[in-house]
Amino acid sequence: MSLNAPNHKVCTWTQDYDHPAALATYTAHGGYAALKKILTEKTPADAIIAEVKLSALRGRGGAGFPTGLKWSFMPRNYDGDKYIVCNSDEGEPGTFKDRDILRFNPHQLIEGMLIAGYTLGARAGYNYIHGEIFEQYRSWEAALDEARAAGFLGNNILGSGWNFDLHAHHGYGAYVCGEETALLESIEGKKGQPRFKPPFPASYGLYGKPTTINNTETLASIPWIMRHGGQAFLDLGKPNNGGSKIFSLSGHVERPGNYEVRMGTPFSELLEMAGGVKGGRELKAVIPGGSSVPVLPGATMMELTMDYDSIAKAGSYLGAGSVIVMDDTVCMVKALERLAYFYFEESCGQCTPCREGTGWMYRVIHRIEHGQGRPEDLDLLMSVGTNISGRTICALGDAAVGPVHSFLKHFRNEFEYHIEHKRCMVGA
Amino acid sequence: MPLVTIDNKEIEVPAGTSVIEAAQQLGIYIPHFCYHKKLSIAASCRMCLVEVEKAPKPLPACATPVADGMKVKTRSQYAIDAQKGVMEFLLINHPLDCPICDQGGECQLQDIAVGYGGVESRYAEAKRVVSEKDLGPLVATDMTRCIHCSRCVRFGQEIAGQMELGMPGRGEHVEVMPFLESQVNNELSGNIIDLCPVGALTSKPFRYHARGWELSRRLGVSPHDSLGSNLTVQVKDGRVQRVLPADNEAVNEGWLSDRDRFAYQGLYADDRLTVPMIKDNGRWIEVDWATALAQAAGALRVLKETHGGDALGFVASPAATVEELHLLQKLARSLGSSQIESHPLERSAGRGQARWLGMPVAKVNTLDRILLVGSTLRSEQPLLAARVRAAVKASAELSILHAANDTQNCAVANAVIAAPSQWLAALTEIEQALKGASASAEAQAIAASLKSGANKAVVLGAVAQIHPQADALHTKAAAIAAACGATLGFLPVGANSVGAAVVKAQSGDVFAAPRKGYVLLGLEPELDCVDGAAAMQALATAECVVGLTAYKGRAPEYATVLLPIAPWAENEGGLVNMEGRLQTFNAATRCQGEARPAWKVLRVLGNQFGLEGCDFDTVAAVRAEALPDGWLEGLNNAAPAVDLGAAVAGAIEWLAETPIYAVDAVTRRASALQATAMAAAPVATANASLLARLGGKTTLRVRQAGLAVELAVRQDDRLADGVLRIAAGHPHTVSLGARMGVLEVEA
Repeated sequence: MSLNAPNHKVCTWTQDYDHPAALATYTAHGGYAALKKILTEKTPADAIIAEVKLSALRGRGGAGFPTGLKWSFMPRNYDGDKYIVCNSDEGEPGTFKDRDILRFNPHQLIEGMLIAGYTLGARAGYNYIHGEIFEQYRSWEAALDEARAAGFLGNNILGSGWNFDLHAHHGYGAYVCGEETALLESIEGKKGQPRFKPPFPASYGLYGKPTTINNTETLASIPWIMRHGGQAFLDLGKPNNGGSKIFSLSGHVERPGNYEVRMGTPFSELLEMAGGVKGGRELKAVIPGGSSVPVLPGATMMELTMDYDSIAKAGSYLGAGSVIVMDDTVCMVKALERLAYFYFEESCGQCTPCREGTGWMYRVIHRIEHGQGRPEDLDLLMSVGTNISGRTICALGDAAVGPVHSFLKHFRNEFEYHIEHKRCMVGA
Repeated sequence: MPLVTIDNKEIEVPAGTSVIEAAQQLGIYIPHFCYHKKLSIAASCRMCLVEVEKAPKPLPACATPVADGMKVKTRSQYAIDAQKGVMEFLLINHPLDCPICDQGGECQLQDIAVGYGGVESRYAEAKRVVSEKDLGPLVATDMTRCIHCSRCVRFGQEIAGQMELGMPGRGEHVEVMPFLESQVNNELSGNIIDLCPVGALTSKPFRYHARGWELSRRLGVSPHDSLGSNLTVQVKDGRVQRVLPADNEAVNEGWLSDRDRFAYQGLYADDRLTVPMIKDNGRWIEVDWATALAQAAGALRVLKETHGGDALGFVASPAATVEELHLLQKLARSLGSSQIESHPLERSAGRGQARWLGMPVAKVNTLDRILLVGSTLRSEQPLLAARVRAAVKASAELSILHAANDTQNCAVANAVIAAPSQWLAALTEIEQALKGASASAEAQAIAASLKSGANKAVVLGAVAQIHPQADALHTKAAAIAAACGATLGFLPVGANSVGAAVVKAQSGDVFAAPRKGYVLLGLEPELDCVDGAAAMQALATAECVVGLTAYKGRAPEYATVLLPIAPWAENEGGLVNMEGRLQTFNAATRCQGEARPAWKVLRVLGNQFGLEGCDFDTVAAVRAEALPDGWLEGLNNAAPAVDLGAAVAGAIEWLAETPIYAVDAVTRRASALQATAMAAAPVATANASLLARLGGKTTLRVRQAGLAVELAVRQDDRLADGVLRIAAGHPHTVSLGARMGVLEVEA
């Protein structure tokens, strides 16, 4: 398995080798070949963007926005600096895939960022790495040094006359800095809070310059696409859902971890790969894409395939592919309390509905969990959620509401039981 | 231009206009908190959410630019639901302490809550409590009331240019606060009180004094600098309780400096003179007006008859009104005196010339190149400094010539920092550089800057006007302005310096040769003159000194008759500001005690002498005579013909500026302003090398001619070498004598 002889493992193939993160491992198996080809042949940017569009690669950070389309928003003839930014600020509960890319395949990300930088005419690139994975910040810096020493970064890359450099930037663990404009503010040294959009980063981004921001897995997929073509990538998955995707399984499974599978793989197969529900218990619920997407009942999930469109049709989102599995021992009130606390803590506090509403929702759920719920609380929660949703500067408000509304939608009876009996129905 | 429909009304507005602005033009009010027309868009309060056709979500009207064909509904159920939702969020953690909140009755949150708030709260949890912040003696805080609109933070960063407040913390823990162990110390800080839509930031001096609805409002004009900020003077129980800005885009743009805002406290100082007094055998006794006026007129008449008219000197504050100054000069001239002084803080031989800004105040914002000569701008003219900052933000280049490289509120492109005796040489170099001759790098840089750009100005500040070579600096600045096509401007020192010159209340140097008799109008001579010590000496030897003053101060030491006059809030009249704008005002309150407006006192004094043409019934009648048609043509910045001889340089030159809160008798008595860091007791500052030459002492005994003054010493490497900066206009430094002189330091 390698970039030379591909299988479905787009981003995780180096883990089959000793020293997966080493430059030697990467180059020995086809690494940087795509970049070399592009620089040698001076592949036009349009051709690269067309290939990415053909691949149906969609943003792996959670929003699933078509990458090729995003790249085409960058102004072509802009007279000034442009930037490419990689979003490795992986902070949502349930997500841990980007960390493994940084850890085991840093050069594929570097090559991806180089190709993106070349295509978009960027002067430099930044990789914003979550503050709580400082080890990966260091290891990625080491990988940059390796790449620089080998002539892949810096001035006159591979003798092509093209200059480009990459820098690592680490945050301090704020979830909101994963929002792309908050991330830009943070790189600029300001308080990490989202900007009002428009203007979008493609016209007013880092330091006010045109900027493209992509997720780690997205950028790391680029060398594979350029090596084997957009069609091959698309063929790994299904139409409109190209490629493979890393799914991070956590919660009640036998073997939690990252699994890279083709888009469109049935959830049941994915669950099987992770050894099934822990202890063979009954599957109760799944959050398919990270804590901010709506929860789905286990039975519903077992019918779905793992791709953007299938999950969306069922009323949730594929998100970052962070699959949180819950068995029948889980109290949904307690689970929601924990999630609500996360958003309450992580709201940046800039705009009113999120600043005030996330704390309110948490407190009401906390009360219910602790036997002090009131019958009117469930309607109140729905209403507070509605008042946040769609009325904030960034999507954190919506993310905070997603779990609340979906938990109440699918598991309302548990909340009602808590309120009425002042205790949990699970195990009762 | 895009055509938008808001609530079924159509309007065409320029592209880029926001929905909230377009709605405003249609007379449609959209509730908001964080939006402010003078500040950047935050779009964070979300109160202005409106329904926009085809938009999937409600959009903030403040941050949504209009688009052609856009249809906006601000009062649809969809919009109202969004607005009410936000209102509820704003209220859940806002304390219900309106009854004890100073903002009550004039609170945006309260007002909007009436329209959009619920009858009862659905929030049953504990409310957030936020610790108080100490922002200094002017701004009181109740941070629990803060709704995080960030207006105060944005004001500091965007208008004042001083980032003293920020919003650290996240989520519910976001708090507005100053830097640790710091306060808000800028000269425009009071504006955050007006900007705060709730009672989180309120006026400390005004706290618990009155409710908004109990206050009557009068328009006023600030007399503390020559901008003449427009004021709303708020009065209760016959006292000024608070001063707020009145809207005038051409003058103060809705802002006030702290000096304009808080100086009113000085009106009620303990040493207000409220009854006429005469000195009787060395003892001061209170008398009625008739007695005092008769005494004054009698003594002056004797002096005139014995020694001639020029034995009498007339000195007025440049903040006195047009009418007062007109009557004063009329009285003086009728008595045969040519000794009239109304520019006591200027050194120019031709200071009767009505020197002005040379352009409208509003034009400052549009300048491309500015050369500021000898101006400590932020303390001289705080709001003009904000305009200069606006110009620089919009791409203007500011160059300065000063003895101190002070922190400005904006970027300085070029600076020549030199001892005052070198200023003329520095200007000469710039002039030469403009003509292509060789010059220093700094002069070349300034010349290069002045050569480019379209709208340019060379402006002389208060320090340049009190400079021993004031006229030579003027001449050189005029030459530079002419060479680069710039407007030559002055920053007049007093609120009515321009008006005083227009009414010809300036014709002599009254203290240079002591007079037998003096009439003083509204000034404290020891603090308000170029050489306070010499003034006091002249007054001490005079036989008769009639003081028209609002305060006793040190007047009992030198006066023979004290006539209580009305300070600004109790006075009426007109002031001519730096741009030649005549601004008139009526009394906001009654006079205290027996005090009377000075124009009435001068008029009656004229009657005492039997002078013709003194029978005015109204202040307007005086004004009509003082400012005949065409008076504006008297404004004139032409340079005098002077000898450009070398300055007297000494080892230690005194940089003698008037501190921001020591500009006049009222301000000097404003207790809150006097408690600020900017009003700290004078110290001597100098750069490291001068301090080393002075033996590295921690205190210095400094003198010029008179008694030595002991001062603490601080190092400030922003000062030019050889310069000792010591605040003038302060009782402690009076005996240093003539400002900007050469000092000796006792070993």
